Amino acid sequence: MKNRLVVLALILTMVAIVLGGCGEKKPSINVYNWGDYIDESVIEDFEKEYGIKVNYSTYATNEDLYVKLKQGGESFDVIFPSDYMIERMIREGMLAKLDLNNIPNIKYIDEDFLNLDYDPNNEYSVPYMWGTVGIIYNKTMVDDVVDSWDILWNEKYKDQIIMLNSQRDTIAVALLKLGYSLNSRNIDELEAAKEELLKQKPLVWAYQGDEVKDTMVGGEAALAVVWSGDAVAMMRENPDLDYAIPKEGTNLWFDSMVIPANAKNKEGAELFINFLCRPDIAARNADYIGYSTPIPEAVDMLPDEIKNSDVAYPSDEFLNSVKLEVFKDPMDIIKEYDRIWTEVMSGQ
Amino acid sequence: MKMKKAAYPYIIWLGIFIVIPLLLILYFAFTTGDSQSLTTFKFSLDNFRRFFTPTYLKVLGRSVNIALISTILCLILGYPMAYIISKEKLSKRNTMILMFVIPMWMNFLLRTYAWLTLLGRNGFINNLITKMGLQPLDLIYNDKAVLLGMVYNFLPFMVLPIYSVLVKIDKNLIEAAEDLGANKLRVFTKVIFPLSIPGIITGIAMVFIPAVSTFIISSLLGGNKYNLIGNLIEQQFRWTGDWHFGSSMSIILMIFILITMAFTSKFDKDKEGGGGGLW
Repeated sequence: MKNRLVVLALILTMVAIVLGGCGEKKPSINVYNWGDYIDESVIEDFEKEYGIKVNYSTYATNEDLYVKLKQGGESFDVIFPSDYMIERMIREGMLAKLDLNNIPNIKYIDEDFLNLDYDPNNEYSVPYMWGTVGIIYNKTMVDDVVDSWDILWNEKYKDQIIMLNSQRDTIAVALLKLGYSLNSRNIDELEAAKEELLKQKPLVWAYQGDEVKDTMVGGEAALAVVWSGDAVAMMRENPDLDYAIPKEGTNLWFDSMVIPANAKNKEGAELFINFLCRPDIAARNADYIGYSTPIPEAVDMLPDEIKNSDVAYPSDEFLNSVKLEVFKDPMDIIKEYDRIWTEVMSGQ
Repeated sequence: MKMKKAAYPYIIWLGIFIVIPLLLILYFAFTTGDSQSLTTFKFSLDNFRRFFTPTYLKVLGRSVNIALISTILCLILGYPMAYIISKEKLSKRNTMILMFVIPMWMNFLLRTYAWLTLLGRNGFINNLITKMGLQPLDLIYNDKAVLLGMVYNFLPFMVLPIYSVLVKIDKNLIEAAEDLGANKLRVFTKVIFPLSIPGIITGIAMVFIPAVSTFIISSLLGGNKYNLIGNLIEQQFRWTGDWHFGSSMSIILMIFILITMAFTSKFDKDKEGGGGGLW
């Protein structure tokens, strides 16, 4: 008898906790972003302003994000994939159409960044940041001119080279070095790129993700392939570093905010996207992470050293002088990319 | 009868969290397909065919090799350590074991990260070396760093089982051997060592299994250059999304571990002694 009473009391407590929890529950959104890709105080401000709780978590590569989303289990409301991944997600019906009426701040975005190939009418995506891929190098350790991807294959810099631990970007470097398009769908060209990466492997000190910032700022390696925004952040901390875009051309990329088709709180997600498009907020993010914002009014608010930086905001003349390519969804050939990458990472 | 009823929750637990996942891995390993739906898969041996090519076999060979070396190193370092601790007085012994275990309270990932700052080119150790006027060493992003990480992280798993077997050895046996005229070395080789074999076997299994399947250590301290089979599996699940290939590699790794276990349990005659209650 006594036992039953205890059980009853326990059940009642549990019910009370669950109900009580429901009563107080604030609306929330799940935001899944690249690591180190926002000024986290911005999130707090959003929570304060709209009373929506933000559950924030991070990923390291587009592929990481894709697999996580595809496997389901967790639902996200706002994610930040890049161009080619957006194209793939749209094709596979993984994204929800945006209601642009709820995102009026899209008007602040420079027209150059709207209606791009991967999402022609911006039905699904709102640009967040953009940039290039290049080589960051330590001027005290490199005495050659850094103007070509070839330098990453130079025996002189054995164990001084850091490559990106990211499939698409690293294969692209090899393709560009060979003079091919970084969207190559030709299997011979891709195999050649694989050979090139295997040839380079003995010279590479490590394949890194976000750790590359510590390595380069600490002066531990001479050369690294990085995204331009990270380069800005690194150069700010270590004046010996400089950034170069190789003459063979490089990747021009756009990371955009999108809402997955299975999002639970689409209105909240749109509020969040709209908030990040507000020029003062965009400026805070761009200042903090070093990446380039597509919002001109935000650029104006940035400190001079970033605003006038060739790395973050290259001139139109420069942008026109090198071959810049945006990644496209490899579609059916993605299997080959996966296989090549696995083989490069397993090779000796 | 009562005991049997009490076992039901555990049986259900085993079913949900061990048997079903294993069956799923088996199912994925022998099928191919792109989608995540379970019905559209086709039976195929392609994943295994793909694995048994030089590229992947080399990775498996490398993993087994490095795991074996780290197990042997752990044994060489761990046995004397366990022996020395077991010879101390009870209070001192407990403090020593406690000191040995305290670092394990900290997260495994953090402990491995800490090595990055120690081993880096401008890290703590190299700073000391250059202060002494010597050339800095290449300590990180190579096989040796991975090995170091493994030995560092898994050493307690070798020491603890050996230690717990050693302290349980009946002192009378040692005294009897000494009374019969055996010298210290003979006592060790004829009495102590044979009695400690169950602990050694458990230690070997407990070091080898995590070492052969690790991916964090090789990724952090090996700079993603020295992929082990654990990295390959992680890659298939996290980035490539090819669960089929990943599952078939997991099966192969499991078979390898089963062989090791069978091999070690053959030596473990004293079935009850294994691990001295650590399992």
